[in-house]
Formats: sequence, structure tokens, C-alpha cells
Amino acid sequence: MRQDYDIVVVGAGPAGSTAARYAAAGGASVLMLEKDRDVGYPVRCGEAVSHEGVVQFIQPDPKWIASTVTKFRLIAPNGKSVVPRLDGVGYVLERRIFDYELAKLAANEGAEVVTKAYVYDLLKDDKGAAVGVRALVKDEKVDIRCRVVIAADGVESRVGKWAGIDTTCHIRDMESCAQMTISGIDLENDVLDFYFGDDVSPGGYLWVFPKGKNTANVGLGLSVEEAKKKPAIRFLQEFIEKKFPRAAILTHIAGGVPCAKTCAKIVENNVLLVGDAAHQVNPVSGGGIVSGMIGGMMGGEIAAEAIASKDLSHLTEYEKRWHKRLGWRHDVFYNIKEAIAGFSDETLNSICDSALKLPEEKRTLGGIFRVALWNRPSMLLEVARVFVS
Amino acid sequence: MPKPYLMIHIRPGKCDYCGCCVGVCPEDAIELQESKIAIIEERCTNCRKCVWACPWEVIEFHREGVTNLPREISALDNMQFASSVK
Repeated sequence: MRQDYDIVVVGAGPAGSTAARYAAAGGASVLMLEKDRDVGYPVRCGEAVSHEGVVQFIQPDPKWIASTVTKFRLIAPNGKSVVPRLDGVGYVLERRIFDYELAKLAANEGAEVVTKAYVYDLLKDDKGAAVGVRALVKDEKVDIRCRVVIAADGVESRVGKWAGIDTTCHIRDMESCAQMTISGIDLENDVLDFYFGDDVSPGGYLWVFPKGKNTANVGLGLSVEEAKKKPAIRFLQEFIEKKFPRAAILTHIAGGVPCAKTCAKIVENNVLLVGDAAHQVNPVSGGGIVSGMIGGMMGGEIAAEAIASKDLSHLTEYEKRWHKRLGWRHDVFYNIKEAIAGFSDETLNSICDSALKLPEEKRTLGGIFRVALWNRPSMLLEVARVFVS
Repeated sequence: MPKPYLMIHIRPGKCDYCGCCVGVCPEDAIELQESKIAIIEERCTNCRKCVWACPWEVIEFHREGVTNLPREISALDNMQFASSVK
């Protein structure tokens, strides 16, 4: 490790590793710092991705695929379920291996990686622009200078705050999540299950994602507004006791998912935010692996371009590029999330009933969404309102 | 300036270091390392967002050693206090 780089990336999750990879490929000298001892561990994730999403960055490899899924099932509060038609497949990942592979791709492009390196502050010039980071590397204080800082430090991001960006997630938008990996259970290995309703996860959903034979990630997220009344862990314990009373619990993890619009600013004072730190999460699904990697790729590429052209004002291009490709879409999804989160159990049941009446070839996610709209004309107004606003 | 009271408390050993609390803290008052978490007392305003956000009920209000708790707060239970703070 040197004391001077073009770009320092804080955080070695999928977004950080992808940023480091594309920044290094663009010719910049890159250092990626990870606060934990291991890249990829602990895992705080349901671990499901689509094939199309992930293949943009890495060829699927059995060593980081726990299950290949071809269906997902939406389960209404009354227990009835609908299986929308899907084109394509998805994967439930082994994130601890997947993240490792992504970090290796960054390293292969020339990025340096240092773990157990906790960034505790930014170095700034007299105008407030970041010119480096201050870190505890293996418990020793080190100052590292750089031209650009890419903050991929996750939901707990503080780097952005130090650069003057408000990254605080409103409690209405923060999903407080708990997950257990359980084993010794019977389940279909190629189906993602999503449970809805006030009993399992008010305003959110509970997931059961198969993770290899007889094993699954079972977790749920609910907005902090709801978690105030009853925390995520209690919903999860109740569900597992009821549904999988004999399961062995292999891990349990907590986590937060910022199901918000992208932060109002994602570039400031030579700092770029990528991934969860920038709130680059699909607000409806809470999925953030692929969107974080897309943000990371854009951030890395643009940071490298700015270094190559010696023009740091080019960094603002990142914000434009992000909003053009995904940011606008997340804004729309956010409005949809707001509408869905307000559905009562009764509405969810009736949507499921109507979806089941659809001919199978029309039973797609879009089809179900349309049914939901026509089934409840008042909802059509709500959705129209969210699209117009 | 010292606060009249500080009531947020992290139960050691139960924390999973997930960062959910840091993400909702409007004051940048929580420091989170690999397996070390601390509330920066000078910045904490007792807003309790971290308490609600914690998926595992690790962070809690505690009254131990708090002598000058405002009367209107001590009269309420935690739940009511939660809804009274916006």
C-alpha cells in the first residue's frame, strides 16, 4: 500500500469492487479499503439476482450460485398464491464467494485491496474538497492521499456526510431487515417465495429464497415506521416457528435497506457515492446488488475519465449518467412502493384472486399489476396520482 | 456542552454491526467499525430513530443513572414517547 493514489474506494461490496474494477480499467491507480477482515463477509443480503442483471458484469459460475430459480410465487395474506410467468432465470447467490470474485476482477485490473481498513475521516483542502482519507489500517492510523474518493460504504455510509452530502435515510424509507439461513426444511429449490400481509411483514414482504438443498434464506423487511411497533426479528421468529418449526438455524443477520429515491446529490467535493450509500436500491423490491454494480461501474468509469483528463469537474457527469439510466426509474418505483405499502390485507387477497382468474399466458407481473389496478378503481387513481406527481 | 440526559444505550454482545442505525441517524452520531459500535454522545440528540431502526432490539432507552429526566418524559412509557417524538 502506498500513501498516494488517484482513487480510493471505501467499501468492497459489489458496488465498491465494480467501481474499483472500472476505475482501474480506465487507467487510474486505485486502492479499495474494506473495514471488515474479509471481503464478502458478513453477508447482509437475501442474495437473489436476475441472470440478465448479473451477466452484465460476470459470467455465472456454479461456485457462487446456491440455487437457480425459474419461478416466483406471491403469497397473499389468506394463503392463496399466484405464480407469475417469467422469462429468464434468477440466482440465489453465495455472496461471500460472489463478492470475493468481484474483488478479484478489480484486482486483476490493477486495483489494490486492503481489508481491516476502517476509514474514519476525509482529508480535505481549504475549499472543503476531499484530497484523501484517514483510515485505521489494522488498527494503525494512516493518511492516504487521492484525487477522488468513491464511497461504497453501504447503508451506514458516513463518507458522503463528511463531504457535505445528506445521506440520512428517512425512517419511512429505511427497511429494517432480519434474516435467518435455515436448514433441514422441505422446499422447492427453484422458487422464490414472497409473503405479504400484516401478520408477516406489514407494508413490506417476507422472503423465502432457496439456498441449495433443504436450505433457505428466510427474511423480512419492514419500514422503521412499522418496526417501531414490533421489530423485524420478532416477526421473523414467529414466522419460522409457525412455518418451519424443526429448522436448524445456521446464521442470523440484521440489516438495513434504503428503499428510497437516489440521494439528491451523489457527487460533491470530489466524492462519488455508489450503491447503498447513494440509495441506489430498487425501492419496490429492495434489491440493490445489480443496481449498485451499475452505479459502481458508472462511478468508476467517470472517476477514471476525470483523472485521465485532469478535469475533476467531469465528475458531475456521474449524476447525469445515473439518472438517465436508472435513477429516473427508481423514482417511479418509489411512487409505486408508496402505493403498494398502503394496501390492506383485504386488497392483497382480492388482487391475488383476480390474478388467478387471468389466463396463464397473461399472468405476468405486468398483468397482475394491471389486474390490481382494474380490480380496485380507487387504486387506479392512486397510481395515476403517483405517476403524475 | 453536556446534555442533561443521555438515554440511548447499545446492549453489548447483541449487536450485529449491521449499520441500520447509522443509516437513519441524522446527526452522524454513531461510529461503526468491524465489531465495534459507539454512540458519539456530544452529537446524540436522543431522537431515538436508531432505537426503532434496529432489527434486533439491541439499542434501547435506558434510565439507569439518569436523575434529571424531564417529568413529561418519565411519565410516559417508551411506546408513547416514541410516537410523541417526530
